Amino acid sequence: MTKPISETEDEIVEEFGLFDDQMDKYEYIIDLGKKLNPLDARYMTDDYLVKGCQSKVWLHAYKDGDLVFFEADSNSSITKGIIAILIRVLSGQPAKEIINNPLAFIDRINLRSHLSSQRSNGLTAMIQRIKTYAGAFTE
Amino acid sequence: MIAEQTTTGLLDVELIRKQFPILHQHVNGNPLIYLDNAATSQKPLAVIDAIDDYYERYNSNIHRGAHHLAQLATEAYENARKTVAQHINAEEREINFVRGTTEAVNLVASSYGRKFVGAGDEIIISGLEHHSNIVPWQMLCEEKGAVLKVIPVNEAGEIIFESYLKLLSPKTKIVSIAYISNALGTINPAKEVIAEAHKVGAVVFIDGAQALPHKKVDVKELDCDFLGFSGHKVFASTGIGILYGKAALLEQMPPYMGGGEMIKTVTFEKTTYNELPYKFEAGTPNIEGGIALGAAINFISEIGLHKIEQYEHQLLKYGTEKLLEIEELKIVGTSANKSSVLSFLVKDIHPYDLGVLLNEQGIAIRTGHHCCQPLMDRFGIEGTCRASLAFYNTHHEIDSLAKAIKKAVTILK
Repeated sequence: MTKPISETEDEIVEEFGLFDDQMDKYEYIIDLGKKLNPLDARYMTDDYLVKGCQSKVWLHAYKDGDLVFFEADSNSSITKGIIAILIRVLSGQPAKEIINNPLAFIDRINLRSHLSSQRSNGLTAMIQRIKTYAGAFTE
Repeated sequence: MIAEQTTTGLLDVELIRKQFPILHQHVNGNPLIYLDNAATSQKPLAVIDAIDDYYERYNSNIHRGAHHLAQLATEAYENARKTVAQHINAEEREINFVRGTTEAVNLVASSYGRKFVGAGDEIIISGLEHHSNIVPWQMLCEEKGAVLKVIPVNEAGEIIFESYLKLLSPKTKIVSIAYISNALGTINPAKEVIAEAHKVGAVVFIDGAQALPHKKVDVKELDCDFLGFSGHKVFASTGIGILYGKAALLEQMPPYMGGGEMIKTVTFEKTTYNELPYKFEAGTPNIEGGIALGAAINFISEIGLHKIEQYEHQLLKYGTEKLLEIEELKIVGTSANKSSVLSFLVKDIHPYDLGVLLNEQGIAIRTGHHCCQPLMDRFGIEGTCRASLAFYNTHHEIDSLAKAIKKAVTILK
């Protein structure tokens, strides 16, 4: 049974609540990136690149039954950590859930103010691409 | 130790820093260390006050009004032109106010280029150029069927002069190079480049955007035909810049834009154009910007460009040594003739990651390709981290930068 998105979000908010220091928060993000399952090299091509990031992010999605799964990699450790968090929340969910979820946890862990203000990291672009993939699977 | 670090005998940096209010703040809980000066410089009180004064006391449109405020504004704007002219050793009519270096390049490419460049002619740029000094020439070449030639760059990030000599020919119509590379800090042998171009009858545009904040530039000594620079990089505001051109060339060039200010008489049958420099200044200009630029140039002139250059050279040397102490840090751009830019990479760490973690420690650097994608391709990299220094930066800030890089690297390992 798939864990509801809100439950994973709460977990992440709780984990990030442990850090007072912003540098520690980043260290944790980077660690999450390191733990991300490796992306098959055949998906690390321009076709799978998320546009709008200063670093490179490759994102691949597939459907298994009613659920949509994501895999990704990045040449930036921080970006890889961020995509790892998004994958943890959204991968393995029904397409409709993915499309409609407002991802409120991003504001709750104060990720957006530190990261999204820098357009270069492409947080918005990554979310958009995830939702586009999910949208394609509902058709 | 602190006294030695802040007052080097060359400049009283503490006193200078007091003139820059923006520097005295905390970012993410740390004192701001601003090392993105090649992108834009901070503004001294002299500049901020000049802008305030203009709006509080004599804001008015220039050149036309007979009234008191218009006279004051015109005088201040034209005084700024005079200041710029004297600063680079030009005549006032050779100083055209533009929006910035980008517009200066575009103006020359559009006006001079369209008139004097034809099919089969050649334009030479270098592999170090900013996109602003590439794209306008590409557009011109495309339109005219001309050919763009590129001077290659060596491992140290210097143009290869022998290759340049080989590219020059009677077909060469324009040579356009940066005086100082924004991405690496390399100081090009501008005077020699210009002299060689003149031997084949080409004119030379010097992109002075990164030079004016750091060294004295004398257009007569260089003998450049055109020079462009941006106000905001030289401690004035954005949206103002200068195109210097030799009067004899500017006279031959058609106007770049049509409108008010640039005309002498207008009828529906025929318009005659205004004299230099107004021929290229259509429309109401950036008046506050011009005045701010004058104030900025007076400010750095009072400190002394030679002192600034020497002090920044010390900072660069110190910064280079400090950064090279960091394990696996590599400096990109190692010319012996460099301005105060430290472009670097650490191991295989993505520049963006380092940039984010330095920002968390209050340090502003730039990461990425620095609008020089062909140069990055030359080195087989996507980008670098770039710390670009100004005369208000200190040795102590360099220490903090080195320390912060080490901390970031520990986290990113």
